[in-house]
Amino acid sequence: MTSDLRAAVAAGVMASENAHRALLQSTVEVARGIFSAQAATIFLYDDETDELVFEAVSGLGAQALLGNRIPSSTGIAGWVLVTRQPLVLEDVSHDPRWGGQEIAERTGYTPKGLMAVPLINEEDSVGVLQVLDRPQESRFSLAEMELLGLFANQAAIALDLLRKARRAKAVLEDSDAQMGALARLAGEVERLEGSKRQAGLDLIRSLEALLTR
Amino acid sequence: MSSAEHLPAWSLPAGSAESLELPTEWPGRVTREWAWGDSTGKGVKVCILDSGIELGHPMVGEIDGAVAVEVGPGDEIRVVEDAEGDLCGHGTACAGIVRSIAPDCSIFSVRVLGAGFTGSGTALLGGLRWAVEQGFHVINMSLSTTKSQFAGMLHEAADAAYFRRTVLVASAHNMPVESYPWRFSSVISVGSHEEPDPLTYYYNPKPPVEFFARGVDVEVAWLAGGSARSTGNSFATPHMTGICALVLGMHPELTPFQLKSTLYLTASNVDTDD
Repeated sequence: MTSDLRAAVAAGVMASENAHRALLQSTVEVARGIFSAQAATIFLYDDETDELVFEAVSGLGAQALLGNRIPSSTGIAGWVLVTRQPLVLEDVSHDPRWGGQEIAERTGYTPKGLMAVPLINEEDSVGVLQVLDRPQESRFSLAEMELLGLFANQAAIALDLLRKARRAKAVLEDSDAQMGALARLAGEVERLEGSKRQAGLDLIRSLEALLTR
Repeated sequence: MSSAEHLPAWSLPAGSAESLELPTEWPGRVTREWAWGDSTGKGVKVCILDSGIELGHPMVGEIDGAVAVEVGPGDEIRVVEDAEGDLCGHGTACAGIVRSIAPDCSIFSVRVLGAGFTGSGTALLGGLRWAVEQGFHVINMSLSTTKSQFAGMLHEAADAAYFRRTVLVASAHNMPVESYPWRFSSVISVGSHEEPDPLTYYYNPKPPVEFFARGVDVEVAWLAGGSARSTGNSFATPHMTGICALVLGMHPELTPFQLKSTLYLTASNVDTDD
């Protein structure tokens, strides 16, 4: 029946959302590990609200930050999202308003420095990867900047897949939507038997041929 | 002045080559001493197209003015006086770098950030067009867009700046993505080198990135009168902007083409005797 089919497809979408979340989480864990940093975060750009959302966090204050939202064009993360330029800041002096404020306000942990890189998928700036408080003893190098860029490519793909999985899920959950009707139709044909089933399949194939001609 | 002098120079009639006499006499060899000597950037108007500039920051000093670019619901642009200061810290950092190289240039802030991500490409384009119309000598753009819908319009704005003797200095991307306006040949595009000298810069014979300037571990101005150590092409760019201001302070009549030629001839890997 329809709801079974939809549930099956939804289960696939849900599974892929979980897999993509795990990939994002893995990316922040590895980024944090490679740079020996205190924390790493990935922000997803939400185009419906024009905000950045904490989507994956590793390290200090992780749970307190997940799901929190910040403006999309202010602070360090907003600057990186809008300008598509990566940047590194360290030894930021005595100011609660700097780019770490969004973290400080919610966790009580104020970073002294960060690396931030835009997550770009094709033409779209889909989010920002930040690595907070790497050890200060070593001078930063352009090679590390390139490494951060490589991580950003991977994270951008994961973030884009997650967005697409969520859109697919939203379509399936909205049974009144036009695409939901397609899922219901597929369910109805699945339930038919014999010549009725064959006629239903022929009809759908004819429709497909017509639409893709 | 005859009316003919007001006509655009589409062609050069016979016998009129002397009308093309250049105001600057080029030396046999262009050196940094000739290019900027003891220039402080005085008389040069620099625009920082960024996140705003914090007023009264000790590493920036006085600025000549600040505006913000607002985007209306129909994508219409409004340019208004800006009292917000800096919404990020980056614009203040850029202004501080320019000031450290060209202490007497004038600095003006055009804020194109803060109105949300959705309208940011429109704000960037609107801010650039406005800045070109104002006749700034140098515009620092430590930012870019990946949206191809803006590429054509940004290209036109960059060419308009070039013909009006406004030099655009733009950050190159250090990731393999297409973005603008730094890829246009009418701008001066800048990437980073790792050396500590603010006046060391290299010409890149394999464009699109044309120059490499200091961009690693730079002490910069940050919010609340503070400072930070920073890395990124977006900090290399204001170094080249400051050097452009020095050269234009010494030779205000230079066109963007002549200025870029001067930068080439005085680059650390070209004029190796300096």
